[in-house]
Amino acid sequence: MTLLGHLALWLAFLVGLWGAVTGFAGGWAGNDRADLQRSARHAVFALFGALVVAVICLEVAIFRHDFNVEYVAAYTSRNLPTFYLWSALYAGQKGSLLFWATVLSLFAALAQLLTGARHRAYLPFVAGVTCLVAAFFISVLLFAANPFERLAFTPLDGRGMNPQLQNPGMVFHPPMLYLGYISITIPFAFAIAALASKQLEADWLVAIRKWTLVSWLFLSIGLLIGMWWAYVELGWGGYWAWDPVENAALLPWLTMTAFLHSVMIQEKRGMLKKWNLALILGSWLLSIFGTFLTRSGVIASVHSFTQSRVGYFFLGFLILAAVGSFLLYAQRLPLLAADAKLESMVSRESSFLFNNLLLLGIAFAVLWGTLLPILSEALSGVKITVAAPWFNEVIVPVALALLLLTGIGPLIAWRRASVPNLRRQFAVPATAGAFVLLCLLVAGMRDVGALLAIAFGGFVATTVVQEFARGANARHRQYAEPLALATVRLIGRNRRRYGGYIVHTGIVLLFIAFAGMTFKTETQATLRPGESAALKSPYGYVYTFTHLGISQYDALNRKVTAALVEVRRDGKFVGRLKTEKRQHVDGLGRPTFEPSTEVGIASGVREDLYVVLGGLVNGTEQAVYRFTINPLVWWVWFGGYVVVLGGLIVLWPGGGSPAVRRTQAGYAVKLEPKA
Amino acid sequence: MTPGRQDATLHVARRDFLTLGVSSLFGVLASWRLGAVQDSLAGSGPAGRVFDPRWAGRSMTPLTAADTDAALQVIEKRLKCSCGCGLDIYTCRTTDFNCTYSPALHRQVVALAQQGKTDQEIIDAFVAEYGQQVLMAPPKRGFNLAGYFIPALLVLVAAGFLIRAMRRWTRAAAAETASAPAPGEGLDASPAELERLRRELGRLPS
Repeated sequence: MTLLGHLALWLAFLVGLWGAVTGFAGGWAGNDRADLQRSARHAVFALFGALVVAVICLEVAIFRHDFNVEYVAAYTSRNLPTFYLWSALYAGQKGSLLFWATVLSLFAALAQLLTGARHRAYLPFVAGVTCLVAAFFISVLLFAANPFERLAFTPLDGRGMNPQLQNPGMVFHPPMLYLGYISITIPFAFAIAALASKQLEADWLVAIRKWTLVSWLFLSIGLLIGMWWAYVELGWGGYWAWDPVENAALLPWLTMTAFLHSVMIQEKRGMLKKWNLALILGSWLLSIFGTFLTRSGVIASVHSFTQSRVGYFFLGFLILAAVGSFLLYAQRLPLLAADAKLESMVSRESSFLFNNLLLLGIAFAVLWGTLLPILSEALSGVKITVAAPWFNEVIVPVALALLLLTGIGPLIAWRRASVPNLRRQFAVPATAGAFVLLCLLVAGMRDVGALLAIAFGGFVATTVVQEFARGANARHRQYAEPLALATVRLIGRNRRRYGGYIVHTGIVLLFIAFAGMTFKTETQATLRPGESAALKSPYGYVYTFTHLGISQYDALNRKVTAALVEVRRDGKFVGRLKTEKRQHVDGLGRPTFEPSTEVGIASGVREDLYVVLGGLVNGTEQAVYRFTINPLVWWVWFGGYVVVLGGLIVLWPGGGSPAVRRTQAGYAVKLEPKA
Repeated sequence: MTPGRQDATLHVARRDFLTLGVSSLFGVLASWRLGAVQDSLAGSGPAGRVFDPRWAGRSMTPLTAADTDAALQVIEKRLKCSCGCGLDIYTCRTTDFNCTYSPALHRQVVALAQQGKTDQEIIDAFVAEYGQQVLMAPPKRGFNLAGYFIPALLVLVAAGFLIRAMRRWTRAAAAETASAPAPGEGLDASPAELERLRRELGRLPS
């Protein structure tokens, strides 16, 4: 099977090269060479087929425990649960590159199949770009990271999967993040197709908007699951630690968020064409840059793959792709003149421009902070560490300004806002924001960051409620619909607008949840069975944690030492929490990794109780604990659901805004009669 | 030892027997009453050994006052652990229990504190020994200043350029509007036709 897999990789590589050549040649030759265009399209499907064969071959080797295959021996063991055997496909550098190339070929095939006749002219170039990118990934597999490489001997059992990876997050987080990362290639391919074919009217934008939204949504889900995983698994510093690999995933998310806002200006007003193209090209380049960071070992990270020479491949590819894209873009700039001009400094367009500025400002700060240790060492010869305190100090103020703008933008009219209009729009939300701020100050909150985050959150949430209320009321008056039905129909009829507002609500919840962590409290204690430790919650309750005892047992592929803790709030029984030490073993019962720690978490709307078993004293039941109260963490996950729900509503087919429909239908005319 | 006890026969007088019975009853009642107040797990006696301590990772020592000292934790949160985890010393020693670096660094912080050094002196001592990279955030001086302020500066400069560009665009738009024909001038349609078109567009779902 491994031989077949290796052959499939070679076939995919050659097909990818062929698809790239015929795609570009067919695209430039136009309809004269329909045969080349057809061939490029077929190459995309063949590429997908060959890579699926390679994936099946690797999975078969994994499920058959073929430990003669180096990759299988390195990441699996006989007793690894089936759940994780499947995810071993992308647990290591080599397998994940194969997974990456396969998903890319799947998206490439879907782009060929799902693109309507209206955008067919772009497809040969799209095939060319996707095949070229896939061929690059396959070349890395063939020449630097072959997943089918065999060992000179066959171990009795494999090394197994790192305990931190044996978490449900492993099954969902990497695929989601990869789907987001990889699918950015499709909007990028359409952008290159528009530039190469010189067909730069609004059409290419329509073709890629949904693809960009798909990428953004997958990336959002991937980031959120990653945050959850980092929170429940110890050693990764909580749900967000500004680790270089986390930052690498955040960068394209930020630029795509900027694109999803500025694209509205191009759709409605025909402005920002150059900017939108640059954002798409930049997002894709950032995704490749992130891949380079994760896989080269150039920056130390607990999330990254081990250092390997694939980094050089990615660096070379990144430079070539950046130079090529930039040259093509620069050549086509004269064709990207705006159809309309900004009419007023106080307009929705202006607020979107500032929104883009802040999003890119944050993206730059994240990139700058990630690269600063390297730059500092190269320029001043001093090694420095840039971790969470730096990022919080530099990024939080800009992020708060962005949160404020999230509320301001939707309140300002398109083209030009009048003073009475502004007064009418801002009165209630501004009052609500000020009221929240006042309440917090009276309640004794003094942390400036948290105060502003929650007060701005109140302001933005009120803008959303106001927009929904006005829209639903208008429908209620016009069609005599009950308010609930009117709200549902309001969303259904203008999914992009109201789905977007729901996303904003999710972002508000996330900001408030982040602010909650300012009030985290914790304590440590050494407890014998029956002894207790107390910890005061920021809400004033006193939690008592009583160590009930230790039990040890075998489970699946590990030996478990479980500590049971009884929790009482102000003396009232709340429940029991279990925290564990796990010693993973291979099929022969030999320890595979250092013991890992599983946290006991009781998650609530107000706060999370987070109990960690540090260890046992001299092998007895006397245990060392860390007890933490993390306020509002539940809202991170709930806010995440709301963001995803809003994204899905925006993405759901049909229901575009009337303005967009009119523009797309070509009847954007001024309806004033002759004077 | 009395001869009576050698043959395992206990000679107890009736009075002694009654005294023993009553005191036993009181003892049981007393312990029952205490049990209602005190947890059944006393917590003060010796803790039993677990089946296989190796499963639970490295053996630990009971926490000392220095381990839980809030002032020392503040210092440790400013210093990076050198194990490669990217976390500060406090977070690492309370989350990664396999790390051998963070407990050693913690002991070093405690030792310096016990020598009577201030927070800043402890941090300076770490920087002198491990270099600037031991700090979780670089100090605001020299090249690091650029590190801190360039992002904000860039946003401000870009905002300045953006405002200037926006002014230019709005002026150009105003000039165009002034020289442009009256709205609707180019349309070959009567007011009635335009009204009909407006109605048709209005029928699109809002």
